[in-house]
Amino acid sequence: MERIFTMPEAMKPEQTLYCPGCGHGIIHRLVAELVDEFGIRERTIGIAPVGCSVFADKYWNFDVISAAHGRAPAVATGMKRGRPDSFVICYQGDGDLAAIGTAETIHAANRGEQFVTVFVNNAIYGMTGGQMAPTTLIGQRSMTCQLGRDAEIMGYPIRVCELLKDLPGVAFMARGSVDSPKNVLKTKKYLKKAFSNVIEGKGYSFVEIVSTCPTNWGMTPVKALEWLRESMLEHYELGVFRDRDAEK
Amino acid sequence: MSGKVLMKGNEAIGEAAVQAGCQCYFGYPITPQNELTAYMSKRMLEEGRVFIQSESEIAAINMCFGAAAVGVRTMTSSSGPGISLKQEGISYTAGAELPLFFVNVMRGGPGLGNIAPSQADYFQCTKGGGHGDYRVLVYAPSDVQEQYDYTMLGFDMADRYRIPVLLATDGILGQMMEPLVLNEYKDPGDLPSKAAWRLGDPATKEPLWTTSVYLGDGELEEHNLKLQRKYDEIVEKEVRFEETSVDDADIVMVAYGTSARVAKSAMEMARAEGIKVGLHRPITLWPFPEKRLGEIAGSVDNMLAVEMSLGQMWEDVRLASCGACRVHLHGRTAGGIPEEAAIVDQIKKIMSSKGDEIIRNF
Repeated sequence: MERIFTMPEAMKPEQTLYCPGCGHGIIHRLVAELVDEFGIRERTIGIAPVGCSVFADKYWNFDVISAAHGRAPAVATGMKRGRPDSFVICYQGDGDLAAIGTAETIHAANRGEQFVTVFVNNAIYGMTGGQMAPTTLIGQRSMTCQLGRDAEIMGYPIRVCELLKDLPGVAFMARGSVDSPKNVLKTKKYLKKAFSNVIEGKGYSFVEIVSTCPTNWGMTPVKALEWLRESMLEHYELGVFRDRDAEK
Repeated sequence: MSGKVLMKGNEAIGEAAVQAGCQCYFGYPITPQNELTAYMSKRMLEEGRVFIQSESEIAAINMCFGAAAVGVRTMTSSSGPGISLKQEGISYTAGAELPLFFVNVMRGGPGLGNIAPSQADYFQCTKGGGHGDYRVLVYAPSDVQEQYDYTMLGFDMADRYRIPVLLATDGILGQMMEPLVLNEYKDPGDLPSKAAWRLGDPATKEPLWTTSVYLGDGELEEHNLKLQRKYDEIVEKEVRFEETSVDDADIVMVAYGTSARVAKSAMEMARAEGIKVGLHRPITLWPFPEKRLGEIAGSVDNMLAVEMSLGQMWEDVRLASCGACRVHLHGRTAGGIPEEAAIVDQIKKIMSSKGDEIIRNF
């Protein structure tokens, strides 16, 4: 009998401890599948950020480093510059990338650093128990905006791709989602482009992935997917925001 | 480069780092260490190595964290306000057991303070600075040659113990020019290999995990006790100091860096007047030469801490003395530099004082 579906070699045979309906498991797997497809597992270094994915090392079967909160792009810069033959995946959440680490994110992009950024946007702080994120939607409730996010007081949800796409150092920038098989496949396509860009030394490549956090959204996994489609995708438009190759 | 040259302290640190094989320098501008960043921006690129002027001190130290994790020699430099920002990354580096060499060219604080030379970061340098149970090996050079030599040694020590190593200098030492012998870097030959832990190396078969997070029951305590055993070994093996005329002294000054230079002149002035003064100069601020200072405290009636801060090192001298003698303080702050005549005056006052009186100059 032919085996047509297996665990990627770049995943450890472990059950993830993420909550039911969380997007991290899918996204970890997409990353791992691509590491295998490009045959780069032995020179890949993943960054486990502060947040729920801080233990990504338990799932990824390649070298992993844990970075301080928000500092993953700086750590990635140091690793890639120090060891140019490595392949670095900078995996970050919304608080990490777009709040505490905004400066590191912008400047790594602006320098055109040669690593892949995987930005998981679920519009909330997961590990600390559901606080407002820089990407929390207007009206969305969280532990620290219990009456709903009010733009007058708390500002607006940041669209990171739209913010960064015009920096000359950016080679590729896209936003996908993991709410449906179709979008999962499309997201994988974006990630694949980001991986190949970095392997070919074309520059900073960034994929934002709109994802779910049923636990902290206070929803069932099914309801969370519905809310993602109805509310998140309204504000966070999917698609390619920058592709330097297509501009030529 | 080789032979004898005239060089600024900040540039000497840079050249020593280049010679010691530093592959990645990351820094952010701050006075009074700007000559070092500028020097590295040229020399590192000449050597085909990595130089990045980062977006912040926080980014610079985290770039070092990354470069150290892939096993290359790396460094950053700053002055007090910037070193404060780097403390998060230094704590992570200590926790993850990565080798790091960094430099603090001290200026006046607290806050933005001023840009005058100072030793007011003594607590920050020696008592951790960042969060958690960790130590940093701290060298305190007192001239341009020592800044060069201890930079080279600092890289070796960082690799030997997989710890952050700090060169604690100040605005005078960083910016003054002195003749410098460009000693060639010699690999000690017995430094541990990085092959077992460096990330991104295809030769490593099992996936590696570099971290400072230990959430399991008892895991962090076990990890910290492992770090402690390393620190104990450093205390045992790496203490350095220099002494002048201590053997016959009635009073011994304790001073490091720029303060030690002034204290030495003061000692000569006092000796010319027949007062038997000695000088103990700690070269490692951590580990502090507490054992030796304890011996000295048992053989004299008075010691005098001379520092460009208001009693920060004095506390360690008092601790080391275990109350065996009186420990006085000559402290200047915020760019004030100790003056020889003022020190000699204070020594005379101390020598003629009685009882338990502790004499400060302020």
